[in-house]
Amino acid sequence: MTTFETPTPTVDPAETTETPKLHALIAEFETPGEVLKAAEKVREAGYRWWDCCTPFPVHGMDGAMGIKPTILPVMVFFAGLAGLISAFVLQAFTNSTGMSIWALVWVTGYPYLISGKPLLSIPAFIPVMFELTILFAALTCVFGMFGMNGLPRLHHPLLANDRFRRVTDDRFYIVIEARDPKFFRSRTEAFLGSIGAVAVEEVQD
Amino acid sequence: MSSIRSDQVGGRIVDNTEEVPGTRAPLVLNMDTFGQVTNAVSKVSEAGGAPIAWYIGFAGALGLLGVLGFCVLYLIFTGVGVWGLNTPIAWAYDITNFVFWVGIGHAGTLISAILFLFRQKWRTGINRFAEAMTIFAVMCAGIFPGIHVGRVWVVYWLFPLPNQMEMWPQFRSPLLWDVFAVSTYFTVSLLFWYTGLIPDLATLRDRAKGRLQQIGYGLFALGWRGSNRHWHRYERAYLLLAALSTPLVLSVHSVVSFDFAVSQLPGWHTTIFPPYFVAGAIFSGFAMVVTLAVPAREMFGLKNLITLRHLDNMNKVILLTGSMVGYAYAMEFFIAWYSGAIYEKFAFVNRAFGQYWWAYLLMVSCNVITPQLFWFKAIRTSIPLMFFLSLVVNVGMWFERFVIIVSSLANDFLPSSWEFFTPTWVDIGTMAGAFGLFFTMFLLFCRFLPMIAMAEVKMVMPAADPHHGDDAHGHDHGTAATATGDQS
Repeated sequence: MTTFETPTPTVDPAETTETPKLHALIAEFETPGEVLKAAEKVREAGYRWWDCCTPFPVHGMDGAMGIKPTILPVMVFFAGLAGLISAFVLQAFTNSTGMSIWALVWVTGYPYLISGKPLLSIPAFIPVMFELTILFAALTCVFGMFGMNGLPRLHHPLLANDRFRRVTDDRFYIVIEARDPKFFRSRTEAFLGSIGAVAVEEVQD
Repeated sequence: MSSIRSDQVGGRIVDNTEEVPGTRAPLVLNMDTFGQVTNAVSKVSEAGGAPIAWYIGFAGALGLLGVLGFCVLYLIFTGVGVWGLNTPIAWAYDITNFVFWVGIGHAGTLISAILFLFRQKWRTGINRFAEAMTIFAVMCAGIFPGIHVGRVWVVYWLFPLPNQMEMWPQFRSPLLWDVFAVSTYFTVSLLFWYTGLIPDLATLRDRAKGRLQQIGYGLFALGWRGSNRHWHRYERAYLLLAALSTPLVLSVHSVVSFDFAVSQLPGWHTTIFPPYFVAGAIFSGFAMVVTLAVPAREMFGLKNLITLRHLDNMNKVILLTGSMVGYAYAMEFFIAWYSGAIYEKFAFVNRAFGQYWWAYLLMVSCNVITPQLFWFKAIRTSIPLMFFLSLVVNVGMWFERFVIIVSSLANDFLPSSWEFFTPTWVDIGTMAGAFGLFFTMFLLFCRFLPMIAMAEVKMVMPAADPHHGDDAHGHDHGTAATATGDQS
């Protein structure tokens, strides 16, 4: 943590300040019940740039924080549809037509005639259509989730804080960021203490 | 917190298989805090060394892996003729092993996806290593068709890649469906496993003392910090993956069964194959999970997390799927008779009483008869017996695939083309070597990755309920929890 406290001249001048910039205040809680109640109060107090960090998803927290449902399912649906269509086009093009098209390189279809089966044999194409539907949807699901969560990232101010390490073990945190319009160092600290935090600590950028 | 139970020994709960009306059995024993779970799981990968049994197992597994490497290289440099295949029996040990390993993988996806959709909370204790098992099993499976193609250096012809011959794979062939099904299955299983691992890798990262561990776990944890805004999308993604994996896992072994069912060969050309293969896959996979779970929980001291109840539940699944497999065997025989097709009738009589009668007998006794012992709770909850029976099921399921493949090919329509299959040392070495690959991967996984999904186990603990142990706080959120209620 100490290594981040000295501002270096390589940093963009617009971002640099004299002292290490305050990133957020973190408040530690001991149980899921306490953090859930506290989260409701933070929301009621009108903060916007804040978060709860927990070792596992706490039941009811999305409602307490007022998190809007993610659009991930919609993305996954359309990705699945794209997989279905791609698989059909791939199979119909390669096995049923003699067309040449440009798909990164010039490729030509090869109309296979096997045992007198129809060239465009949709039932036979269904398994691959199904598999690619699942494949596209699953890839979108995971990488879409990473993308919307801003992961992967190699560093985050919170991860440099020693107290915060227990977030992946057995402690629950509320993080109110300094950029929040309602954030005021001493008032926010007092507020976090009043909603049941066992400890409140500064996190530097 | 669990109430005082009659099955405590010296203050420690050892048996949670008993049903107490009105309460849910505890899934985590003798641990009340989240920190205890973190410690119990993390200490395995944080310890300076592993138990002596791990080293012995790892040495054995590496030895077998060497055998696999040698046999595969020998095959590639010499040709597929080093196997005992002959003209009617062009598939034998190789495809038997392929189907066996793909089948083993199915239990992992069943536990991670289907039991998740059914809200079976006991899955959390076993899902991580069952999913790992899936990935390693599919890796083993992939080797066999890969080397069976003969010219391994053009194995990319399996995929629809533009090439200088302007040729494409034949999409009306079930063998090509298999390429897509198995590669999709592997990819999705890997994504599912890795997604589940991220919060636990972050735990190991945050606890790591050494620089190497911090960087290694840190890179793979992707900067996870338990943000609830992340958890929200994460949980949704996990649910979607479960919903996608469920039809996927059912499709994979169905497609594998199409390799046989779509052909015209008596004994293969059967409509019961897809459901029958899926049931068999789950059956063998659960047996493998028990085979792995029993020593793993002993070796790494995880008996409070992989409890007797988990094992009991898995044995019940083995009993159910074993009975389904038994039903399928009987139905195949009935349909063979009922169809009136002479070749079909012959294929089945020949399967039971022909030159492979011993393999058929082994298959029926291992898969249908012995698993019925699991009707008895004393057997379901006896560690040595369940371990033994799980090995028996593994043997039986290997022979099931052998019987289906080899007995049907060996005696088809024309007696003049009948043959007998004898494996060569390369066949046997490759089969044994695949176990080496599987156990090498599995033992490395046990040693260096969180074997139990810590974040998910914490979620099913009574303490994870926000209303736990505090009636007064429940008024905003519906019914208040009772002090002993495990209603998470």
